[in-house]
Amino acid sequence: MSTLRTEEMTLNMGPQHPSTHGVLRFVVRADGEVMREAVPDVGYLHRSIEKIAEKVGYHGFMPYTDRVDYVCAMFTNQGWGMACEKLAGIEVPKRGEYCRVIAAEFNRIASHLLSVGTMAMDIGAMTPFTHAIREREMINDLIEELCGARLTFNYMRIGGVAFDLPPGWREKALAYLDHFDPILEEYNALISYNKIYIERLANVGVITLEEAINYNLVGPNLRACGFKWDARRDIPYSVYPDFEFEVPIGNGQWGQLGDAMDRYMVRIREMAESSKILRQALKQLPAGSVLAKVARNFKPPAGECQIRVESARGDMGWYVVSDGTAYPWRVHVRTGSFAAMGITQKLSRGLMIADLVTLIASLDVIAPEIDR
Amino acid sequence: MEALAIYQRLTEQFGGRVLETVTQKLDSFCVIDPAAIVEVGRFMHDDPALAMDCLSNQSGVDYKDRIEVVCHLFSYQHRHGAVLKIKLPRDNPRVPTLEGVWKSANWMEREIFDLLGVTFEGHSDMRRILLPEDWEGYPLRKDFVEAAEYHGISTVRESPIIRLDPKHK
Repeated sequence: MSTLRTEEMTLNMGPQHPSTHGVLRFVVRADGEVMREAVPDVGYLHRSIEKIAEKVGYHGFMPYTDRVDYVCAMFTNQGWGMACEKLAGIEVPKRGEYCRVIAAEFNRIASHLLSVGTMAMDIGAMTPFTHAIREREMINDLIEELCGARLTFNYMRIGGVAFDLPPGWREKALAYLDHFDPILEEYNALISYNKIYIERLANVGVITLEEAINYNLVGPNLRACGFKWDARRDIPYSVYPDFEFEVPIGNGQWGQLGDAMDRYMVRIREMAESSKILRQALKQLPAGSVLAKVARNFKPPAGECQIRVESARGDMGWYVVSDGTAYPWRVHVRTGSFAAMGITQKLSRGLMIADLVTLIASLDVIAPEIDR
Repeated sequence: MEALAIYQRLTEQFGGRVLETVTQKLDSFCVIDPAAIVEVGRFMHDDPALAMDCLSNQSGVDYKDRIEVVCHLFSYQHRHGAVLKIKLPRDNPRVPTLEGVWKSANWMEREIFDLLGVTFEGHSDMRRILLPEDWEGYPLRKDFVEAAEYHGISTVRESPIIRLDPKHK
């Protein structure tokens, strides 16, 4: 043992790391346990989905949209459907819109359950993950009964949804919600108010509102900064104006406004709101058809549009350019995870290495959604 | 403010540097002189009547005779949006970066550079983001032809079904 070496270390975290939520890599420059900077390196899951869209046509692209974000594929389905409908001026039947909202809100709960569950696991608490996954499995069962798939749903179509609710499904869905509402309490008692958990999350990765908007953070990450903004409420689409729900925001109750704990709690509260929307939607469900008449050889008139959908990871923007043929000229998806990853390099400065894991988990990034 | 009123205000402010305003049924847009984009962006960000605090989306489109960079701006304060376009030549397209105005431009411009080959001048970190650093060509250009192999890995695969079927020789 000669002299103590104190130079800066360069470490590689990922691409195969249990807490990176998919395949992504960080190049960490660290001084002991404190990071100077973590530079994200993404692209391991790039499947050129936007290029595929130019080759397969409008209807054919729907199953591919599932792969943009496989944790909440209903929203990518919906985004693509809405963009095409806007281009061609198609109106979705009311029941179709309700089916979309029902499927999407169940998916939001499932996605948030996975997010909060893996977050606890990343931090070192294994048990809450199994509780969250148990509930998510039941939602998967419901959705499987609805559309035949548990993950890559391909449920929606341009002009509506593929299948109406199966007989008896509504009662099952309502029974599940009755079961689910107390589960949130259980989950809070199990992990949310755990002292160790709070101390790991509070004051970590604090994002100011100004920063969040400048970096284009969206969804729960933006709301955790104390900003009441939800595309479902503020730029309403589909049938969301029919429902009453709150938009939960961060309040800095456990540490500072916009820290990891705020982001976590916003997701927990959003699940309760989704449950509220679901109850209203299942109750008010109108009769009628679920799919508008859309030509099989779908050719929207030349033009371009952008639509925004509030996915589980926030405001997702679909920009579609049509040249009047059966194939889109250009499709671009701007996803919440892509923006959230962009801010990690800045936030990582001065954090502990262990807190980088907390940071990624609290931003709820999903690697395929970054890379597309 | 309506999108058209926003473009009107830009034209008043910048005159000839707003090249044209295109009104159409869906999203209308205005085309900005590439050299003036940072100035226009800064104005839209700072002007209290516009207050475009968020660059919500930035993407590129190859139109075979030109490349367009499309910026979707949004104001959380006023809840209005605008679309700016920049037309660039396909041969060595270069445009100043918007990173200084909106930080979110950093990654979105890297993506446009990666997939369409537009260089953003003054960008702090202009390298490929999704594709490997030694990748050749820009896949979202319409004339992109994928190389037959990448580091000895074939990018094409014969379909075993077609091979077995005697109808396909």
